[in-house]
Amino acid sequence: MSEAFMGSGRLPAAFMNPGTSSFVDFLSQVSPDRLPRLADLTSDGSPAHLTPEATTIVALVFPGGVVLAGDRRATSGNVIANRDMDKLFRTDEFSAVAIAGAAGIGIELAKLFQVELEHYEKREGRPLSLEGKANRLATMIRSNLGLAMQGFVVVPLLVGYDTARGEGRIFSYDPVGGCYEEHRYHSIGSGSVYAKGALKKLYREDLTEADAALAALQALYDAADDDSATGGPDLQRGIYPLVDVITEEGHRRMSTEEVESLARTVVAGRAERPDGPTAPVR
Amino acid sequence: MSMPFYVSPEQIMKDKADYARKGIARGRSAVVLQYDGGILFVADNMSRTLHKISELYDRVAFAAVGRYNEFENLRLAGVRFADMHGYTYDRSDVTGQMLANAYAQTLGAVFTESSKPWEVEIVVGEVGDSPDTDQIYRITFDGSVVDEHDFLAMGGSAERVTAALRERYVKNMSLTEALRVAVHGLAHENGERRELKATSLEVAVLERSRPHRKFRRIQGDRLVRMLEEARQAEETAEAQAPEDGGATDGV
Repeated sequence: MSEAFMGSGRLPAAFMNPGTSSFVDFLSQVSPDRLPRLADLTSDGSPAHLTPEATTIVALVFPGGVVLAGDRRATSGNVIANRDMDKLFRTDEFSAVAIAGAAGIGIELAKLFQVELEHYEKREGRPLSLEGKANRLATMIRSNLGLAMQGFVVVPLLVGYDTARGEGRIFSYDPVGGCYEEHRYHSIGSGSVYAKGALKKLYREDLTEADAALAALQALYDAADDDSATGGPDLQRGIYPLVDVITEEGHRRMSTEEVESLARTVVAGRAERPDGPTAPVR
Repeated sequence: MSMPFYVSPEQIMKDKADYARKGIARGRSAVVLQYDGGILFVADNMSRTLHKISELYDRVAFAAVGRYNEFENLRLAGVRFADMHGYTYDRSDVTGQMLANAYAQTLGAVFTESSKPWEVEIVVGEVGDSPDTDQIYRITFDGSVVDEHDFLAMGGSAERVTAALRERYVKNMSLTEALRVAVHGLAHENGERRELKATSLEVAVLERSRPHRKFRRIQGDRLVRMLEEARQAEETAEAQAPEDGGATDGV
């Protein structure tokens, strides 16, 4: 236990100084060992097998909001490490983060980011702007660079409803913390190539919330179809992709029943046409 | 060179306590009361940005009266404490009692160690799963903690406000009724009867049924609407009870 917690039980001086509004900065001052930063590993070969890989995430905007969806699978090499994993994290009322890559580190990063946003909001009395949140996440990924170089690559996808502009937005990242705003739709993770291809053909500017969620499930199905690390809807076990919707009303996780009904639509459609819906050639 | 006077410890403590009490009584009051759906916080506060009521954690809120810089310091420390604890363990492990203890230790230490005590009185409220499990802790300038129930008033002429609250308070009121009682209490400050407008009130609730973070401010149009409802209910009640001395100052 660090020095900050010793004494009479009164709040330590470090807590009382006005200081920073960043929880991460505060924690790195008073108790850095609680931050998800491993000591630099110096073994031969990649230690990346130590934590499973989280796989495919898709996101797309629709008029009035944004949909974020993820499959449920985590893999360790050729082994399915987890079939009902939750890779989507509600970070505050108007934003969510999904992770792909090294699961153990990604989950911790998402959790820390959530506290970071809430901490700022409580201290300052107002939330960060969506750009502010995006930039903050970029810095946090950059601080993971040492681990990324060793094979623990984490790439999150940030989606949010921009209350100032009144629209949903998507931000993607690279392992060194580069932040890129994506327009319309984006996908990350091992199956992202296939998912993005599917979204490219399915995306329309005027999708409703339900259709956007359906398009996301179609894209995930296509990813699972061609990428062994991505899990499709598991009707036997009742495990379906997770779908988060963020609109002016705030963040909402679609209920299992809602997703199940959409997933069954997709699966039934695929029984007719295994490659899914077609787009017109001209 | 003057002789150092001997002052008894009793006298020192008494002087400090008097000093703190005077400082706290100089400001306006704040009230906290339980209603059927959670805990209501109302403060007489002209500022819309310098809050007396704030969120500490998912189920825990903070209200304070006295010197702004001193209680703001405590609030910030509480937010850090709560976030750090919740991050290290689990969100459900952050409790109002824990924060109340930390505040009590801090205020107690300041009161005994420094020559100037802090002129603050604070409340830490935690909304539970049912009204029985709601917790309200009042922490005074010397670090004493009182576990309160139903309602409380602090700051300004707290005794008068408490008396006014006692007249009207019933258990399991609706939010609008609770707000009406709170405004009735605050309006009795200094013995006079004041008209309290939405712009001079800071109102927030810990709402039991709300998912995730249960703290919510009630402001703007919603507050104006609720105060209007409360005022109409007040007039109806007074019209029905003409023997009540306040019947003539309606509208």
